[in-house]
Amino acid sequence: MKDQALPARRAAGQRIAAVVLRHLYLLRSSWMRILDLIYWPAVQMLMWGFLQLYVAEHSSFFYRAAGTFIGGMLLWDILFRGQLGFSVSFLEEMYARNLGNIMMSPLRPAEFIAALMAMSLIRLAIGLVPVSLLAIAFFGFNLWGLGLALAAFFVNLIFTSWAVGLFVAGLLLRHGLGAENLAWTFMFLLLPITCVYYPVAVLPEWLQPVAWMLPPTYVFEGMRSLLIAHTFRSDLMIAALALNGAFFAAATVGFYLLLNTARRLGTLVQSGE
Amino acid sequence: MPNDAMPTAAAVSSDAVIIIDRLVKSYKNSTAVDGVSFTIRRGSVTALLGPNGAGKTTTIATIMGLVTPSSGRVTVLGADMPWQRYQVLHRMNFESPYVDLPMRLTIRENLTVFGMLYGVANLPARIERLAQELDLHALLDRPTGKLSSGQKTRVALAKSLINEPELLLLDEPTASLDPDSADWVRARLEQYRKERQATVLLASHNMAEVERLCDRVIMMKGGRIVDDDTPARLIGRYGRRNLEEVFLDIARGRNEPQEAAQ
Repeated sequence: MKDQALPARRAAGQRIAAVVLRHLYLLRSSWMRILDLIYWPAVQMLMWGFLQLYVAEHSSFFYRAAGTFIGGMLLWDILFRGQLGFSVSFLEEMYARNLGNIMMSPLRPAEFIAALMAMSLIRLAIGLVPVSLLAIAFFGFNLWGLGLALAAFFVNLIFTSWAVGLFVAGLLLRHGLGAENLAWTFMFLLLPITCVYYPVAVLPEWLQPVAWMLPPTYVFEGMRSLLIAHTFRSDLMIAALALNGAFFAAATVGFYLLLNTARRLGTLVQSGE
Repeated sequence: MPNDAMPTAAAVSSDAVIIIDRLVKSYKNSTAVDGVSFTIRRGSVTALLGPNGAGKTTTIATIMGLVTPSSGRVTVLGADMPWQRYQVLHRMNFESPYVDLPMRLTIRENLTVFGMLYGVANLPARIERLAQELDLHALLDRPTGKLSSGQKTRVALAKSLINEPELLLLDEPTASLDPDSADWVRARLEQYRKERQATVLLASHNMAEVERLCDRVIMMKGGRIVDDDTPARLIGRYGRRNLEEVFLDIARGRNEPQEAAQ
């Protein structure tokens, strides 16, 4: 039994590696794609960094709360770029009219999802590592200096980004490229509600319970607690992790339901809109 | 004569590669396939013919497990489609002009990716052999998007043969090729079928191709099978000179052989 299970696992690993390799070949062949991964996070980082410098000069609070803008921006980028890395890798198959080849191959949906998660991490690393180093050089803000707290923030944000990416991929299978805009804009719905740059208390009271239903809110509150009060709030991270478990499970169920609907409606054999 | 009856017990034997039993596929406002049944035997080359909208693509998509039947049953290599598709997908493959390989990847990269997806053993050697057989060796490190349409078709064929499939599904395998390239592709397909005893099901609008390659033709129209026989017997029964004339008779509603022959 064990002997039979091992080759099956190895075969699954090889199929996941094949999809990752396909996207690495694509990135290697296109320097414009690599540049695109770095350019916008770098512009954002510079803009928020200079704003932070300006505000800190005129406010003792912001002087003490150094790094909340630039830290918020870098953590937001983990969330946004993580989802984009997942969704764009999926969209590349649609743009290339290769989805039929993928869906007809022995690659299982769970393996496809695992490969897209891996690509999300790779694309995120290509963009974020250079930009985080630039943040040290320009503003003395060391994201990596957050240590274990950064690991907790990262895990929670990346799981939220995968949950959103998974749901969007299901919509793309069901509705084709007609749902493409969602891949680019869905995450911006979370930008004001998850309180990236300001505390939850700023929101109207009726909106605060909504904010606390979203895992990234806990991460951004946790970041402010760390940078302003120098306190790591593990309770916030545990709550975010529990919510992420529920979100990811719901997104997985949604993806499979949309995949089955696509099979029933025949949209897997169509391309375009 | 139409052969859309339910497969007999004899048909459900070990040499039946595809068994389609009363397949119906309906969408919101239309029925694409309406009660189709047929069996494809191991080692045969069968053409699915019919005018646009006849239900060929839906039938093939159902065989691949990409479309769920509304009713009826589709069994491929012993697996119930689409529910057991992952048990057999590594034993089949397909080629279609409506699906592309990633254009920025070289031929070698594309074949490496798909070889890994299909779990091909000793992949570099397999790619070298395919490149020799399909005359792609000099092009292996060229991006797929920079090839001529004839070369792209050969690459698509290489991808469809990468796992040495027992069942090959081909949609318009020589579309957009000049006569010489198309003839070359047909010769390779014949050779592969003979060497591997593979089963081939193809949809094509090229009747000369069907006459040359296929030992059976299933004619579809309006989601139903309207005739099913060897190319020679169909031509004889309709009193025509070639399969193209038979196709036109069927497409234009002169389905009855006697009527068509008058």
